Amino acid sequence: MAVLKIENVSKIFQGGTTAVDDLSLEVSDGELVCLLGPSGSGKSTLLRMVGGFERPTQGKIFIDEADITDQWPERRPTAMVFQSHALWSHMNVFKNVAFGLRLRGLPAAEIRQNVEGVLEMVGLAGYGKRMIHQLSGGQQQRVALARSLVLEPKILLLDEPFASLDQHLRERLREEVRDIQQRLKITTLFVTHGQDEALSMADRIVVMRDGRTEQIGRPDAVYRKPLTPFVAGFIGTMNLVEGQVMRGAFTRAGIRVPLPVADGPATLAVRPEALDLIAAEPGQAQVHRITDFGTHGIVDLELSDGTRLKSMATQPNALRPGQGVDLVPRALTVYRESREIYRDVHD
Amino acid sequence: MTAITATSQKAPISSLATIRTKADLAGITLAIILTLAVIVPLLVVALWAFSEVWRYPHLLPQQFGLRFWNQTLSRDDVWDALGLSLRLSTVVVAVAAVICLPASYAFSRMRFFGRDTLFLSFLAAHAFPKFGLLVTIAAIFLRLDLIGTFWGVALIQLVNILMFMIWIPVAAFQAIDKRMEEAARDVGAGPLRVFWSITLPQAAPTIIAALLLSFVTTFYETDGAWLIGAPEIRTTPVLMIGFINNEMVIQYGAVLSVLLWVPSAIALIFARRFIGGDAFARGFGG
Ligand SMILES: Nc1ncnc2c1ncn2[C@@H]1O[C@H](COP(=O)(O)OP(=O)(O)O)[C@@H](O)[C@H]1O
Ligand SMILES: [Mg+2]
Repeated sequence: MAVLKIENVSKIFQGGTTAVDDLSLEVSDGELVCLLGPSGSGKSTLLRMVGGFERPTQGKIFIDEADITDQWPERRPTAMVFQSHALWSHMNVFKNVAFGLRLRGLPAAEIRQNVEGVLEMVGLAGYGKRMIHQLSGGQQQRVALARSLVLEPKILLLDEPFASLDQHLRERLREEVRDIQQRLKITTLFVTHGQDEALSMADRIVVMRDGRTEQIGRPDAVYRKPLTPFVAGFIGTMNLVEGQVMRGAFTRAGIRVPLPVADGPATLAVRPEALDLIAAEPGQAQVHRITDFGTHGIVDLELSDGTRLKSMATQPNALRPGQGVDLVPRALTVYRESREIYRDVHD
Repeated sequence: MTAITATSQKAPISSLATIRTKADLAGITLAIILTLAVIVPLLVVALWAFSEVWRYPHLLPQQFGLRFWNQTLSRDDVWDALGLSLRLSTVVVAVAAVICLPASYAFSRMRFFGRDTLFLSFLAAHAFPKFGLLVTIAAIFLRLDLIGTFWGVALIQLVNILMFMIWIPVAAFQAIDKRMEEAARDVGAGPLRVFWSITLPQAAPTIIAALLLSFVTTFYETDGAWLIGAPEIRTTPVLMIGFINNEMVIQYGAVLSVLLWVPSAIALIFARRFIGGDAFARGFGG
């Protein structure tokens, strides 16, 4: 039962880097919010300010209405899982998990019971006596998770916890963490730079760029209705074409898309799955390459000026490399000066 | 549960064996040169210690025996010196640990004005001709009435090992992943608890090496010990030099010299025991 409130928080490091810039965010009880953004966008810094490892230059942080901005990390009801797992290699698994409970002065029997319970929850029952270096990367990250969970924190913080694991393991751990989080109903802030991770785990996604929030919303909203070209390009695959709107139509290298917007420069955004192709000679674009994934195919297209686009085709075998096609966007968004000025969603 | 743990206790076997076999020609050559340079003089000293008669031009002593061992070990000044050396080294290392470990931690974690200059100054004692520095210090000590006292010698030894006891621990502390300390703060440990339960154990192998190095250095140091300590305070190596310079028979010095191998041998055994083969290998880039 905990609400995290971040109010107008900024962090300017010595040397002048503005890592987080006047950012506000509220994470409601039991919610899992993903901070998503490219490397250097300030995700870790924001998370570390919530954990107490960095002090905000400006702004306040609240947990359940209590101002924790100036509290030491050891006093905060937060628990952090680090990317590098940061386990204590001179202690075995049991001692790593038990350390926090021992600091709280719990009786030994209770500590044992709690530690064994949480180890079982993360799938490491019976691993207590192992040393850290005797574990695989995935197991190490599970211990780090257990170490945080055993303290029953109000807020769970995870900083790219699976970044160093392989794809398969990452997907599995992702599901497990999501399951545990929902079972315990623990308010969670999760940092990632992988859009898959954010889309599959989050209740809400915060897209970050240069220390600011670019968009906050549910995964489907962020995916379907990106508010800026940055979000459009960062989440999922997106064709972004810069061009000019003249006399009611967007033009670029042979494409013409009628649009009800004022004349001027514009960026056209179309998802590959919303871009249909019709065979035509010479056509607006040329098929460059076809990749068949079995269930669908990805067609790489080239405009006459060399611009590359992607289209998802259900029957890729109907096309040949080198042939001409006309482009029929079924859904598109138009941006001007990083703002959405037009959206057309047919389906 | 126990069954799983028991079978899983086996650490992964490293490919140490394959690395060993790759010892190349350069390594072997180096080993031979080192052996000649170190072992041969030691062997000669050992021969002297156990010989009763060894006259030119004989290649080996004409008569072996323990006569000089009995004579040396029955001297009070030898036992006094041994006791003094052990006490001195222990006290100096203990004081250095209490002062230098927290200071090293501060150096490794904090940025403060003059940090780099101060840090480099610990090197200063080793950067200039030692004897000049010693004479200057001796002049100061003379005014402070520290000449010829235990604490005077202890102080000069402290200066001598300051570099090991600052530079090596600083390197050890800096090598520790700061996230480990943050993780400890995160689960509720205050700064002191973090230092005691996380930082110190993590740095322990390197710090123990620094302590041993300091102990052995203090035990064998002669210049400062002689200049500050003479004539009342005579450490074992100073006594040995006295024997070699003043006595007609070489054997007294040789016996004491062989006796002086003991502390460094013990230190080496300690090092292996506490630091472990792993750390040794890592220390040598293995
Ligand atoms: N301790 C620090 N000192 C100075 N600059 C920092 C520090 N930590 C991070 N930064 C800078 O702040 C910006 C944001 O970093 P970070 O929060 O780590 O981004 P992310 O986690 O999104 O990759 C980067 O430009 C980074 O170089
Ligand atoms: Mg980061």
